Amino acid sequence: MPRVTFTANLQRHLDVASLDAAGSRVSDVLAAVFEQKPLLRSYIVDDQGRLRRHVNVFVNSAMIADRDGLSDKVKPGDEVFVFQALSGG
Amino acid sequence: MSGDLYVATRKGLFQAAIGADGAARCLGFLGDPVSAILHDPRDGALYAALNLGHFGAKLHRSDDNGASWKELPVPAFGPGIAADKDAEKAPSVTFVWTLAAGGADQPGRLWAGTLPGALFRSDDRGETWHLVESLWRQPSRAEWFGGGYDDPGIHSISVDPRDSRRLTIGISCGGVWLSEDDGASWTLGGKGLAADYMPPDRKDDPSIQDPHRLAVCPAAPDTIWCQHHCGIFRSDDGGRTFVQITDVAPSAFGFAVAVHPLDPKTAWFVPAVKDECRVPVDGKFVVTRTRDGGASFETLSKGLPEKAAYDLVYRHALDIDATGQRLAMGSTTGALWLSDDAGESWRRLTAHLPPVAQVAFAERP
Repeated sequence: MPRVTFTANLQRHLDVASLDAAGSRVSDVLAAVFEQKPLLRSYIVDDQGRLRRHVNVFVNSAMIADRDGLSDKVKPGDEVFVFQALSGG
Repeated sequence: MSGDLYVATRKGLFQAAIGADGAARCLGFLGDPVSAILHDPRDGALYAALNLGHFGAKLHRSDDNGASWKELPVPAFGPGIAADKDAEKAPSVTFVWTLAAGGADQPGRLWAGTLPGALFRSDDRGETWHLVESLWRQPSRAEWFGGGYDDPGIHSISVDPRDSRRLTIGISCGGVWLSEDDGASWTLGGKGLAADYMPPDRKDDPSIQDPHRLAVCPAAPDTIWCQHHCGIFRSDDGGRTFVQITDVAPSAFGFAVAVHPLDPKTAWFVPAVKDECRVPVDGKFVVTRTRDGGASFETLSKGLPEKAAYDLVYRHALDIDATGQRLAMGSTTGALWLSDDAGESWRRLTAHLPPVAQVAFAERP
């Protein structure tokens, strides 16, 4: 099961530790995360489910390509990182 | 007079100690931009909207005057709200620009104005929010545009104390909108407002006006003062029509306006040079006041910086209490002033806050 890790800057706002979440695409993985942490959703994606402009998501070392649909593939054992972009501060 | 003054800033929510040494106590969210606050006089709840640079708009409520906060869902567009045009993306709330309490006969009712320019309604103290689609789907919304921000936004929401179903909304830049049925239907008001930033034949178009701020007199709600991008206007018919107030020294440009809660002819403004130069005229920071409906204005400066001042007061950063004697204002350079004599004189509580977005007195029921 993919492992999801969040920027420490989110800890200022919400109690979010790393967690395991099932799914074969980033959208599935994040949906599983939001099911566990409903308030987290609006921090990561906008009203339409698109990745926020100043949030970056990586699968292992690669930044995802589909910021709107979050269709990038994820394999069991992958690590998904949710980072704060340096823009937007 | 009111004893609590809340100050929303670029880096946190503060409570100023009126009558003490001017210390401002942080009530929460230190380091985070607070875009709007509301003290609900019906139940004492305090609401704070945040505009987190990376993580979006957020909303919190405190039922113990800031000792603890509960995060609430933020107003949001549902997936059923499509893009206006094929080339655009479906909308998403950028931030909450203003919050307003419903009437005394509407417990739990809140209104939120956002960027992009949408109105949201809650009937359960912010636990759930619903887009007011009747306003969002107005055909003339296609004519609205941003003023200062990229998107149009709703910054003024007034609930008529005579009839809670009557609403007045101010939009930059989308004019003045009126509802008499709780937001089920809307009428475009604002006839008489004038926009110098438009071609001549559209100068008077009510749908593209930029009312920086609307202030409705609680004791005479048909009188609405408007600090507009292009000057000062007054309505005496509930926002349907406005007349322009001319010959206002040192300037008729500004963002904030406050109206006396009991006397509709008395209003205060904080002038700046003009839209292209948003600083006090000649570096002298003043407040202007009319007590005769705009026929004449006084320039009030006692206790305010006489020279080399570059403070600007945003549209929500001037407030007046229920007596009409106490006013507060905060500036973009972090100064906070208080007057206990209707603006005749001012004292500076602090000069070291982050940029101030809003000041608000707490009115107790």
